[in-house]
Amino acid sequence: MRLRTFRGGIYPPAMKGTSQRPIVDLPAPAHVVIPMQQHVGTTCSPLVKVGDTVKIGQKIGQCTTFISAPIHASISGKVKSIGAVDVANGNKVLAITIENDFQNTLVEGIAPPPPLEELSPAEIAELVREAGIVGMGGAGFPTSVKLTPPADVKIDMIIINAVECEPYLTCDQMIIIEEVNYMISGIRAIMKALGLDHACIGIKINMEGAIDRLHEIILEEKGIDIVPLVPKYPQGEERQLIYAVTGKEVPSGALPQDIGIAVFNAATAWSIGHLLADGLPLTERVITVGGAVKEEGNYRIKVGTTVDQVIEMVGGYTDTPKSIIVGGPMTGFGLYHTNIPLTKQNNGVIVLTEEHVKEEEMTECIHCGQCVQVCPARIMPNRIAKLVKKADVDGLEKFNVLDCRDCAACAYVCPAKIPLLHYMKIGKNYVNEERAKNRA
Amino acid sequence: MEENKLIVLSAPHFKSPLTTKKIMFTVILALIPAAAASVVFFGIKALLHILISVVAAVATEFVVQKLLKKKINITDGSAILTGLLMGMNLPAGAPLWIGAVGSIFAIAVVKEAFGGLGQNFMNPALAARAMLLAAWPSQMVSWVTPIDAIATATPLAIAKAGVPDTATLPLLWDMFIGFVGGSLGETSALALMIGGIYLIYKEIIDYRIPLSFLGTVFVLATIFGVDGINSGLFHLLGGGVMLGAIFMATDYVTSPSTAKGRWIYGIGCGLITILIRFWGGYPEGVSFAILLMNICAPLIENYTLPTKFGKVAKVK
Repeated sequence: MRLRTFRGGIYPPAMKGTSQRPIVDLPAPAHVVIPMQQHVGTTCSPLVKVGDTVKIGQKIGQCTTFISAPIHASISGKVKSIGAVDVANGNKVLAITIENDFQNTLVEGIAPPPPLEELSPAEIAELVREAGIVGMGGAGFPTSVKLTPPADVKIDMIIINAVECEPYLTCDQMIIIEEVNYMISGIRAIMKALGLDHACIGIKINMEGAIDRLHEIILEEKGIDIVPLVPKYPQGEERQLIYAVTGKEVPSGALPQDIGIAVFNAATAWSIGHLLADGLPLTERVITVGGAVKEEGNYRIKVGTTVDQVIEMVGGYTDTPKSIIVGGPMTGFGLYHTNIPLTKQNNGVIVLTEEHVKEEEMTECIHCGQCVQVCPARIMPNRIAKLVKKADVDGLEKFNVLDCRDCAACAYVCPAKIPLLHYMKIGKNYVNEERAKNRA
Repeated sequence: MEENKLIVLSAPHFKSPLTTKKIMFTVILALIPAAAASVVFFGIKALLHILISVVAAVATEFVVQKLLKKKINITDGSAILTGLLMGMNLPAGAPLWIGAVGSIFAIAVVKEAFGGLGQNFMNPALAARAMLLAAWPSQMVSWVTPIDAIATATPLAIAKAGVPDTATLPLLWDMFIGFVGGSLGETSALALMIGGIYLIYKEIIDYRIPLSFLGTVFVLATIFGVDGINSGLFHLLGGGVMLGAIFMATDYVTSPSTAKGRWIYGIGCGLITILIRFWGGYPEGVSFAILLMNICAPLIENYTLPTKFGKVAKVK
């Protein structure tokens, strides 16, 4: 079978030393910091006050808008404080800090939901919404929203994103190797919610162990196909994945649902599977801890565990950290300090040392065109960077800066070490501000 | 909090090991076989030409950057490369000072006056060659034969002079090895091709430009040439087309950065080369072809912008 992929892209070093490390449950920390926004959409309002006692699975953040997801306590204990905290992306977000009483008390009324056969599509979407499940590959888009497309949209294809193309990250791979049944039952729920009897799993051909495990299980699972893909970055980017799997390009400015496609991350399906099994809202996830830490590996953590707690629990650093990244090294966020809570969206903590973090000298653009060759959106980062310097908003529109996927392939290859992605983001802001002004 | 400070950079936190400096030195390395061949064929004079050109280029870069109070960037390899190309574009019989003049012009006027690295609109070494050819026409055509250094003509000049005579024209094999008159670095097609293959293998240059340039020259020379003598192969191996197509036309700064643009640019270079060689006043047209296409490069790029992903009729 010919491997499928897209035009452009790069081959960064995989660095996936943790790809066969079994998932280890990290102990619940002494306190957790739970931000009230762990998703795309409106920030939740706290449902508890300082001093309240909370239990595992208790809803502590609520929001009434459609594009949102409620937030639950991941440990039992006392609410110590409520206030703004630093989060991975550099923003400050309202968060609830809970002190652990180590009783592990579950909130009342947690019970496995009725079997899938007895659930209606609307009930599935409601369960997923109430469990606070969001896109766990990083974007954090509320999953229930994708499960309830608008009336004029007909979804006719489901793609499960098990590509995990960022270097270092292996948590999805281990989920498939060890807990594929949860993922499959989650996929079944997604299929039922969208009224389809078919789904594809896009996976990189070199995902050792995971691809074999999937092939084993798929023999018994009707309607679920595996699509092996070239191990290229950013193959896991939604539009590149859709193109590789279907040969269709999502029109610029449109959403995948506009061409009848819905994409879900493997870990998202997995967490739906867990929800169906025990009824517990999303309070745990698996992350990869990689780089210069004593015990690199894949760890199940309580949502709200902080980066410094995680690093301590895996044995601390093996070398002086130069950069600590939440997410993958291509698109993740560099941290200013490590007292940063990990949310539902975060799939990794990567500790980089001098070896990778070099303060390299930037030269002028030598117009080599490498960024143009690798850009999956087929736009021109070199020209866009120059337009950003001139703040030429019309030019930026013409050069399609809004089509940038933030994948950073351009900045990765740039021999002049120009922070191209940074320029792209500034360019998008210019255009969006201008558009907002014109609307006003 | 940690005593040691964390470095917070905009993503990506991983970058490819390739740098501007590495690119420059890889190209220099790829030019070594051709430079060595020139020393073998033309002796110590070739080495002196090359050294003087390189030293003059680097020194000029240093002085200009100092005068303009810019950061001194002579170690990035770009001035060395310009000097090396300048030296390789000289005839062995030329006076030794001429390479220095060319390099000073290339760096001070063509490169730094337009803003330095990445800003020049013409290839500095080629523009300097054109300047020298205009200013010192006799010195710039003082071709000599390899080894014994007797005044001679280039194969292209012989072919241009009149009805090609098989007796006076060099053998294609000699042209392939480099055993003919010509600029220092352009005579050995073999050595140049070794460098070119290395650069394409290392993904430093895009195969599109040399392939379309050489392909166009070959096809047009085959169609319009006199069969057997003034043939496609003769025009491919003769003159500066190999050096130009592999090392000069592929200069990033002065070529389009789009894939389609590179095809058009390469074809344009080949077309103008043949126009000059067959119907122009000069026997050789590679330098002017590339310079003219350098000027067109931004325009070509603007007309060959890549089609963005998802550019289809919007649904609904």
